[in-house]
Amino acid sequence: MENENKQFTVSIYTENNIGLLNRISAIFQRRHMNIESLNTSPSEIEGVSRFTLVVNITESQMKKVIGQIEKQVEVIKAYYHTEDEIIYQESCLFKIKSDLLFDERQIQNIIKESNARIVTVNKAFFVLEKSGRKEEIDLLYRELNVFGIMQFTRSGRVAVTKDEMKISTMLQAFQH
Amino acid sequence: MKEIQTLKNKIKTTETTERISGSEAVIKCLLAEGIDTLYGYPGGAIMPVYDELYKYQDKIHHVLTRHEQGAAHAAQGYARISGKVGVAIATSGPGATNLITGIADAQIDSTPLVCITGQVGSHLLGSDAFQETDIVGISTPVTKWNHQITKASEIPEVFAKAFYIAKSGRPGPVLIDITKDAQFEEFDFKYEKCKGVRSYKPVPSTDENSLKAAADLINNAKKPLIVWGQGVILGKAEEEFKAVIEKAGIPSAWTILGASAIPTSHPLNVGMVGMHGNYGPNVLTNECDVLIAIGMRFDDRVTGNLTTYAKQAKIVHFEIDPAEVDKNVKTDVAVLGDAKSSLKSLLPLLNANSHEDWHQRFKDLYKVEYDKVIKGDLHPTKEGLTMGEVLKEINIQTKGEAAIVSDVGQHQMIACRYADFNVSKSNITSGGLGTMGFALPAAIGAKMAAPEREVVMIAGDGGYQMNIQELGTIFQQKVPVKIVVLNNEFLGMVRQWQQLFFDKRYASTEMVNPDFVAIAKGYHIDAKKVSERKDLKAAVKEMIDCKGPYFLEVRVEKEDNVFPMIPTGASVSDIRLE
Repeated sequence: MENENKQFTVSIYTENNIGLLNRISAIFQRRHMNIESLNTSPSEIEGVSRFTLVVNITESQMKKVIGQIEKQVEVIKAYYHTEDEIIYQESCLFKIKSDLLFDERQIQNIIKESNARIVTVNKAFFVLEKSGRKEEIDLLYRELNVFGIMQFTRSGRVAVTKDEMKISTMLQAFQH
Repeated sequence: MKEIQTLKNKIKTTETTERISGSEAVIKCLLAEGIDTLYGYPGGAIMPVYDELYKYQDKIHHVLTRHEQGAAHAAQGYARISGKVGVAIATSGPGATNLITGIADAQIDSTPLVCITGQVGSHLLGSDAFQETDIVGISTPVTKWNHQITKASEIPEVFAKAFYIAKSGRPGPVLIDITKDAQFEEFDFKYEKCKGVRSYKPVPSTDENSLKAAADLINNAKKPLIVWGQGVILGKAEEEFKAVIEKAGIPSAWTILGASAIPTSHPLNVGMVGMHGNYGPNVLTNECDVLIAIGMRFDDRVTGNLTTYAKQAKIVHFEIDPAEVDKNVKTDVAVLGDAKSSLKSLLPLLNANSHEDWHQRFKDLYKVEYDKVIKGDLHPTKEGLTMGEVLKEINIQTKGEAAIVSDVGQHQMIACRYADFNVSKSNITSGGLGTMGFALPAAIGAKMAAPEREVVMIAGDGGYQMNIQELGTIFQQKVPVKIVVLNNEFLGMVRQWQQLFFDKRYASTEMVNPDFVAIAKGYHIDAKKVSERKDLKAAVKEMIDCKGPYFLEVRVEKEDNVFPMIPTGASVSDIRLE
């Protein structure tokens, strides 16, 4: 089991410092591991950043990489999670010719059924936004691709865990 | 009321701060950290700091090396023999990149370094300016921490943090890059030492239960084996370590960087593990029932093939760096924490023991190794000189009190195997990175940090020439290091592998060498060459007796091999004696 590649979502709480992204990505690069998706943002604690990234590696590799990440001076704590331990969303935008919205009735059904949201419409194009799990976005892409997509972009994964992360208490403990 | 408070604060600030330039602040930070020596090389982007060094030359000694790589290695030698932080300084661009090999070496061998580099003015960053290089980006994977300063006001805090990080926990190199405008800029200076970084826990807490579990395994072991590494030395735990092994009577073997933590002659010291280590501890690694690793990281040169490494044994790992636990070898009990306090707490939990029968196994295997290898190395009957007999002679003349600074290759393995270490921090060598060219500059730093000690540098003819320019530093600074080159006119270790594994195809390993004695003499260093056994003793004596630096070239047998040897991919117990 430990030697099978699995998808892991990694949450890293860090100081907000220049160069830390480089330090973290270098840990994966050095071990020839591809980062499937990456997102950095503020976290629930002021002044603390949170990285969320997705990798496909074995659990034993994952444990070692977490050790290497936590070893970095400006990393406060790193966790890894399997799919069932998290609630996650990805987000995407589609830019599509406006004509299609009126010519192809099917598109309107797709938008309705997929819970996608029209962000803007003008004479030339409309922009569709969809947040959801990876498979939902994959499906929407396949459905719309039939009609032609002018532009498509997709965000990194953002995730929260079902269990509590004791990061605030940990930070207090560090302040000696 | 409020106004009075503000006024009071104002007075307080003016009392404790002074308005100085960034570059003067750099010097004041170094002085506040107790730094009296730094190794470096000037250049455009670091000139303001050098200008201040000129002013402070009575307080801080800047050693001009002949290459920035030499500066980094000299700072390493300084740190390794003293346990203090070594400081190297260089300019931007090539000056900074030339430090990288030393920084990488310090990273893998956990040596505390602070490296300071100049950088182009902040308005030029990213413009491909003259001598601009992204040294923070380049050094990221080989530093414990690094930071670029673009404002003078950052200097005190960043320096305090740098020294704290470099020396705390598992030590390592830190790089500070300072833009030229930040060096010129004036600000109100005030220095406070760093007491902690909230995201960084240098020493993990030790779990009492893990200590008990470790003691339990050790107390019930019939055939325990300790393998210790540099963690014992870095943790200043030599005494605690000795107390533990003596009470529990456990045969103890060392990794290359662990050497000298206890004397070579200690009855429980059973020698070196690893590729060219001793026969007994390697073979018996695969027979022991409990393997106790202390401050070591199961490097591949130590373990050989991991799938056949100590599989029969329970593994106990005393370690300061949580990332090392289960990295290469799965442990049964991990005791996190620093070696000194962990071993101190372990001692009362241990039963007194002697394990005499088990210890006899090591003695028996030593006899096998002695007959097959050691005798021929130390008491050769063949005509050509061996590296081993040179080491034996150095042991005799220095009474095993010298710090041995070795380079990388055959002579290094011979030096580690045969040098007598009576004092801790006496084996200064590039272990993890295997940096040829390390020894000559490292010996400079070692001798300057510990002038009371005899420092003998040992290099091969290959590695010696990688930083041979540092003879200039030795000459200018009058550093009385003893320089021994064991010349076999080959890149010996590579040649040995070519002989054993590449059908003697000696691709680019034969060296046509210059007159080393003439080169040393060119730097006004006393020098001699020896190629016959009858002259060896007197030559080594002359070198040790010499008050100043001395160069001794010994022409050794051209195609000698280092044994025992664990071939790559083989098991430790399949170690070859010939």
